[in-house]
Amino acid sequence: MAEIKNYTMNFGPQHPAAHGVLRLVLELDGEVVQRADPHIGLLHRGTEKLAETRTFLQSVPYMDRLDYVSMMANEHAYVMAIEKLAGVQVPERAQYIRVMFDEITRILNHLLWIGSHALDVGAMTVFLYAFREREDLFDMYEAVSGARMHAAYYRPGGVYRDLPERMPQYQASSQRSAAEIARLNENRQGSFLDFVEDFTKRFPGYVDDYETLLTENRIWKQRTVGIGVVSPERAQALGFTGPMLRGSGIAWDLRKKQPYEVYHRMDFDIPVGTNGDCYDRYLVRVQEMRESNRIIRQCLEWLRRNPGPVITGDHKVAPPSREQMKSSMEELIHHFKLFTEGMHVPEGEAYAAVEHPKGEFGIYLVSDGANKPFRLKIRAPGFAHLSAMDEMVRGHMIADVVAIIGTMDIVFGEIDR
Amino acid sequence: MPDGAPSLLHADIARILGDRLLSASERLGELTIEVRAADWVGACTSLRDDPALAFSTLIDLCGMDYRGFAEQPHEGPRFAVVLHLLSIAHNRRVRVRAFCADDEFPGVASLIDVWAAASWYEREAFDLFGIVFEGHPDLRRILTDYGFIGHPFRKDFPVSGHVEMRYDPEQKRVIYQPVTIEPREIVPRVVREGSYGTGKGGGG
Repeated sequence: MAEIKNYTMNFGPQHPAAHGVLRLVLELDGEVVQRADPHIGLLHRGTEKLAETRTFLQSVPYMDRLDYVSMMANEHAYVMAIEKLAGVQVPERAQYIRVMFDEITRILNHLLWIGSHALDVGAMTVFLYAFREREDLFDMYEAVSGARMHAAYYRPGGVYRDLPERMPQYQASSQRSAAEIARLNENRQGSFLDFVEDFTKRFPGYVDDYETLLTENRIWKQRTVGIGVVSPERAQALGFTGPMLRGSGIAWDLRKKQPYEVYHRMDFDIPVGTNGDCYDRYLVRVQEMRESNRIIRQCLEWLRRNPGPVITGDHKVAPPSREQMKSSMEELIHHFKLFTEGMHVPEGEAYAAVEHPKGEFGIYLVSDGANKPFRLKIRAPGFAHLSAMDEMVRGHMIADVVAIIGTMDIVFGEIDR
Repeated sequence: MPDGAPSLLHADIARILGDRLLSASERLGELTIEVRAADWVGACTSLRDDPALAFSTLIDLCGMDYRGFAEQPHEGPRFAVVLHLLSIAHNRRVRVRAFCADDEFPGVASLIDVWAAASWYEREAFDLFGIVFEGHPDLRRILTDYGFIGHPFRKDFPVSGHVEMRYDPEQKRVIYQPVTIEPREIVPRVVREGSYGTGKGGGG
């Protein structure tokens, strides 16, 4: 009998199911994976080193580009670390806006995840539906910040500006008929909050649609049930957080356990899995979308009734209004110093973490009192998850590797930094 | 984490680590402890295994280079390893730091047997800071390019790097060459006296 040897295979970095630039070296025995060695760093930009050479405010847009499908959640951890170290109070309205946008971001992230995970496993349709809903969420980003993805909306001390009174509408165009424009503008007649409310009314129905397509789907279950099982003990040892940990049955959510902003006033539940396989993590994330929708509705209620400032009045941290700047010498100096030299953060170190859609996203900030960070360490949830790749795929068939990459919700912006 | 929790945690850690605890400080509701590099694995195993602490999850491990801190000349050990630990059972966090004795060849023991998650974090600290983790079975570079030279997050490594890549039409391949861009700093780094610019009173 001929001698049979294991062979190695390169998966990626250009493979569409590699979610960006993962190069996975697989050692195979037939179709069974013996060892997986992920090579990362193909998207390494040195964000942490760059941040050391930029003022605190200049680094905010870098945060968007970490996990580029949950932009505002990254910014949130960063500004929280600065606020913690500098002792800045955030106005209540800004806290509600942040919570609302964190949850919008969570839905945005999970929609991309469900679409691409299903696409990898062979269900094309969900992807198209998920991207239809993402369009509305991008419009919300655009309405408050002017940018569809890289918003730079959260600033130390609050958020950049208040929610718009009027939702931007589609303009007449040679590409679309008047009837089509009128249909697109139907839910954009009122304020920004009206648009969000309209979305929250529609969204549970959309989630039902995804579940109809997947939850009881025989192929979907064959591809995900019992795949990539992680025990609760192993999940902790491997540094799992977020849905990866909850899928293994540990009810751990920073929004409940170490609440930040106004999460302690929100009424929501933490979905938890039982088996720790890909299917349970799918169920957890789908339920999280529904819970996020609930949180958004609670924020809407409050934001409608309570106007107020959305950024701190401390003009050594946040800029004064245009009017103040033009009429007061002191405010002019503040404005000038803030945008040239930048704010100073007192000497010390702080770790701030948020419940990012993918897990615990933390910023470890060390300041020596300068106008730039001395050291910024980004704790990306995906990094810990991907490091468990070898353990999770060992003994599975090669087709399951794709399902496991999908369930990890990998985005290379945050892993490679 | 409720107020006063770091103090309770401090007492627990002082009791369990004993004289392995070099120092501890509480600030902003966070507890930072320091241990000797020699006690690194032993102290971390106690932090993980003692039921009163139960730091089951390694949240983060990172290298630090304290050269040029607060624009002061460098004193004492330069490199450190910083851990962020989370106890899911007790809902507590702690930051653990150990300085590496030798600035020329910094190193500590690997924590891979304490927390499995340490593997990649240690590879990252090795790659970016050149800290060697003794006992790590696979200490390769992780984030930088294949064949990269140097440790880019050290404070004496320029932001623009040492080499750049371009396609050479004569050799018909991508080649490395020394960087051609001049380093520039648009906003200078300044450390001010007192609490200037921090929103805590002081000068304007």
